[in-house]
Amino acid sequence: MNGSKSRPDRIASHVRTMPPSGIRDFFDIVSTMKDVISLGIGEPDFVTPWHIRESAIYSLERGITSYTSNLGLLKLRQALAGYVERVFGASYNPANEVLVTVGVSEALDLAMRAILEPGDEVIFHEPCYVSYGPVIAFAYGKPVPIQTDPQGGFVLTAAQVAAAITPRTRAIILNYPNNPTGACLPEAELKAICDLAVKHDLIVIADDIYAELSYDHPHVSAASLPGLKDRTIFLHGFSKAWAMTGFRLGYACGPADLIGAMMKIHQYTMLCAPITSQEAAIEALKHPDQDINGMKAEYQRRRNFIHASFTEMGIPCPRPAGAFYAFPNIAATGMTSKAFAYGLLDEEKVAVVPGTAFGPCGEGYVRCSYATSMDQIKEAMVRFKRFAHKRLAAKA
Amino acid sequence: MDELLKLLKKNALETPEDLAKMLGLPVAAVKARIAEYEKSGVIRGYQAVVNQDQLDINLVTAVIEVKVTPEREGGFNHIAARISKFEEVQSLYLMSGTFDLLIFISGQSLKDVAFFVSDKLATIPGVISTSTHFMLKTYKDHGVLMETEDEYERLKVSP
Repeated sequence: MNGSKSRPDRIASHVRTMPPSGIRDFFDIVSTMKDVISLGIGEPDFVTPWHIRESAIYSLERGITSYTSNLGLLKLRQALAGYVERVFGASYNPANEVLVTVGVSEALDLAMRAILEPGDEVIFHEPCYVSYGPVIAFAYGKPVPIQTDPQGGFVLTAAQVAAAITPRTRAIILNYPNNPTGACLPEAELKAICDLAVKHDLIVIADDIYAELSYDHPHVSAASLPGLKDRTIFLHGFSKAWAMTGFRLGYACGPADLIGAMMKIHQYTMLCAPITSQEAAIEALKHPDQDINGMKAEYQRRRNFIHASFTEMGIPCPRPAGAFYAFPNIAATGMTSKAFAYGLLDEEKVAVVPGTAFGPCGEGYVRCSYATSMDQIKEAMVRFKRFAHKRLAAKA
Repeated sequence: MDELLKLLKKNALETPEDLAKMLGLPVAAVKARIAEYEKSGVIRGYQAVVNQDQLDINLVTAVIEVKVTPEREGGFNHIAARISKFEEVQSLYLMSGTFDLLIFISGQSLKDVAFFVSDKLATIPGVISTSTHFMLKTYKDHGVLMETEDEYERLKVSP
């Protein structure tokens, strides 16, 4: 040790000033506790279907362990283009309009870095997945969150978007079916929002990761709307519908210039997505409907069950239309989201995520993931009810 | 298959109240449909899936392939009905391929099973030949794994 001092400002200011994730401290407490029933998990409880795992193993047996093309294996991009055309109704050229990434998270980061000049604004709706604001900020952009209205089912409206647009607005992120609310975006509202994007020459980032898990209506992607394809970056991946979170595999589709720009960053930073995951994804796309529909049917039963349970216990809960989250309103207990979540964990050993982790308008709500077994959900509902009724009675 | 039947096939102990919540139906409607299935015979019974290897009991299970001569009237049905009445017979199927009937049978000992084959089964008119295979270990039964794998634990909270 020479006693030399390091600069106090050696962490870049835009990183230093970024607050840690809102669920980090909560996670630290939960992870030390035993026998907790967790409704706090944002990933499928299913294991990746065996035929997909088996093909990953087989690729390793054959010694397929190399880099791939920066864009991803051509065979995978071709299969992706076919899948996106069939399911989402948007056609892309596998040669230059499809980029395979390390999860949608990387794709979102690439998109932001590819399109933003410092200070450019990006509109997104809250409550939302925890990384939108930070990813925009890390790309030197300015996050412009819109607080969606609980009365309106947390659906973003074109009027809200119109009010948020400024000359610096470059893009708008849409994430429906939504994490954490389970809300879906009605087609008319989507169209009205996309009309604004055309009018103001904005790029639409369609984070459609939960698209397959839309229970009441088929999901409509911005990418499929007439005239929108040229200004839309379509983001999707294998984590949710195929239960492949740990494979870390996503992809982006878009016009060649945008995908080319994202690819430039990707090739110098990530190089390529892991080949084992890409091989698994090729298998996943061979017979996708069977895998997805089985899991979807199970999520739907749990959605019905958890929604009916909250309704029965007198806790208002918008009926989730997609994803695997319920977002009940616990405001009547007189507690904040955070106090409720900590209390429920402490007294009943049930973990839910405070709504405020997903934006200030999540206050009064908690996120309950139903990506866990029906038995766990049943027991969690018994405990949730006991806790909530105790608090409601104490307040009355 | 009907959603209700699928759920009951997976877990017959689901209560009508929980089933109603999962299916978005009134409890009374679920109860009525279960009663209807029971009455019409679509649901023929409810059983526990037991891992017998875990129990300290003498139980021998065998699979018997049987070749039979179909009868002029009734084909295989008459002889199958006759065989299925034996208490030892747990399951009985008509098969395509090199034999006709597949029987799952259980008894207290090898002797029991041997006795059943030689004295009861083989002597039935129409039975041409039998081939008996004893089961050594059960890995999966009725879609249920007989050994619990250590479950990989997910992170307890993730965004």
